[in-house]
Amino acid sequence: MNATQASIADLAKRTRRAAKYRDENRRPWTFWVLVALFAAYVLALYGPMLCIYVLSFQDLRGGLVFPMKGLSLHWFVDLFTQVRTGDVKGGFERSIILAILVTVLTVVGSFMAGLAFRRRFRGDGIVFYLMIGSLVAPGLVLGIGIGLLFQYFGLTASWYTSALGAQLSWTLPFGVLVMFAVMSRFDRAWEEAARDLGASRWQIIRMIVIPILAPGIVAVALFGFTLSYDEFSRTLQTSGPLNTLPLEIWSMTLNVTSPSLYALGTVTTLASFLIIGVCLGAIAVMQKRRSNQSGSQQ
Amino acid sequence: MSSSADISRPKPARGNIASWFYVSPLVLVLVPFFVVPILVVLVASFLENDAYGGIVANFTLANYASVFTSALTWKLYLSTIKFAVMTWVLSLGIGFWIAYFLVFHVRNQLLAIGLFLLCTVPFWTSNIIRMISWIPLLGKNGLVNSALMATGVIDQPLEFLLFSDFAVVVAYAHQLTIFMIVPIFNAMSRIDKRTLEAARDAGASRLDIMRHIVVPLSRNGIALGSIFVLSIVMGDFFVVKVMSGGGSASVVSALFEDIAVLQYPPAAAAAVVLLLVVVVMIALILRTVDVRKELAR
Repeated sequence: MNATQASIADLAKRTRRAAKYRDENRRPWTFWVLVALFAAYVLALYGPMLCIYVLSFQDLRGGLVFPMKGLSLHWFVDLFTQVRTGDVKGGFERSIILAILVTVLTVVGSFMAGLAFRRRFRGDGIVFYLMIGSLVAPGLVLGIGIGLLFQYFGLTASWYTSALGAQLSWTLPFGVLVMFAVMSRFDRAWEEAARDLGASRWQIIRMIVIPILAPGIVAVALFGFTLSYDEFSRTLQTSGPLNTLPLEIWSMTLNVTSPSLYALGTVTTLASFLIIGVCLGAIAVMQKRRSNQSGSQQ
Repeated sequence: MSSSADISRPKPARGNIASWFYVSPLVLVLVPFFVVPILVVLVASFLENDAYGGIVANFTLANYASVFTSALTWKLYLSTIKFAVMTWVLSLGIGFWIAYFLVFHVRNQLLAIGLFLLCTVPFWTSNIIRMISWIPLLGKNGLVNSALMATGVIDQPLEFLLFSDFAVVVAYAHQLTIFMIVPIFNAMSRIDKRTLEAARDAGASRLDIMRHIVVPLSRNGIALGSIFVLSIVMGDFFVVKVMSGGGSASVVSALFEDIAVLQYPPAAAAAVVLLLVVVVMIALILRTVDVRKELAR
């Protein structure tokens, strides 16, 4: 008897609670806590970066902290002209070229691997775990190994050979993981329809798979570019005599204590944003073209 | 979920050659730039080094003996694991709730995607620059100290803010929380919102929903994010070196010092031990979740 009463009371409580949730316009208090957390996160994410962009525009008297002293482009000129700040220009060029190479190879390699992993094949587990291993291996350890390997075979380490390979051992597995996520949204029925209509394997890839996955492929390209452009620990032991940009920045953090460092931050961020802009623009154009095409066909 | 993945993946024997062709670029990178270098390090760790930084082909276990008997090794692992755990807790704590907020609280989908992109944009900029950008904030004369002094909370600048363990953890969390947000966001987006509604209608409390629905269903995302965060922190020496101002060391920063003086075999032994530690950590996480199935779903 008592048990029944208790369960009825409990049911009433649950019903009231459910009714409370039903009230669509009412936000629970947790919502506002999370809003505050999100705002704090975004502030912490962007705040420090904005500080150094602002501080990089100081004049000759400028220091590493606020308050801002003067307003000029002095530290940008300083960055590209002073010997003290290292070979920033050369590092910048090398990093861009290397990042483009890595991007192209990452896109091709991870797209192909993505196709392979859509079904099981003999040894797929081994390849998969090698990939995970390559992704999680400490970069410096791989760097030492690659450096010793090149030394053993009497090869000269350079940014376009050993460092390229070292970076690919990190960007390619990353790209494949992204490609998995991209391809999981691909409906195999489209491919099967094309096959039923007599398309060859290559025609299916070229005319069905690539156009449909294009935005995802651009995303992989963006990952490849950024991960390479920013790579440090795998490149350190493998770049040979000439530095990439992150290595230049590393040596700058150790011996430059002027707003030049911040100017470099502003320049590299502008370069990053330029790349993001181009990629997002490319995605937008592709989407638009596709929707136009489907529109005209209907 | 798993059954549909299995159905879409028949096991035709004739597909093997084509599959290996497709996967060949990946293998051609992994073999010379991952498998062989690791083997080289493994071999080097059993060799002696001469006084001039060269490697002598004599088998020895001395490198391992010195790694395991050195008190420094244990100190380095303790400090690195401390950083890894602190960063993991912080990035998971922040990342989980940010992802939860974006998926379940922001009702307008376009706004949710916009806010998600807002979180990911800094990922595309240089990590090193983002790390350096804490200097004007946390420094002795930085913004945080100035603000605290101006409001009278403190009258001496706080010294522990920059070039300290605190700064290291802040920099890690700043860089790596995104690695938690993206996979957890991805996992949570796949949760059918009707499940939550049904639970509510049945009278489940917020805690019940969180415990029995949201956390279990985003488990795979959490695991994937944890793999990224832990492996990056375990392999890092850059952030530790710069943000601790040289005060703290990590396993890899000690490795780096060895290489700087061309002590390759001892460095290789330390590297092999580190690699084993990382592999065990990742393997433990992988045991809880099938990452491949999760991604290919």
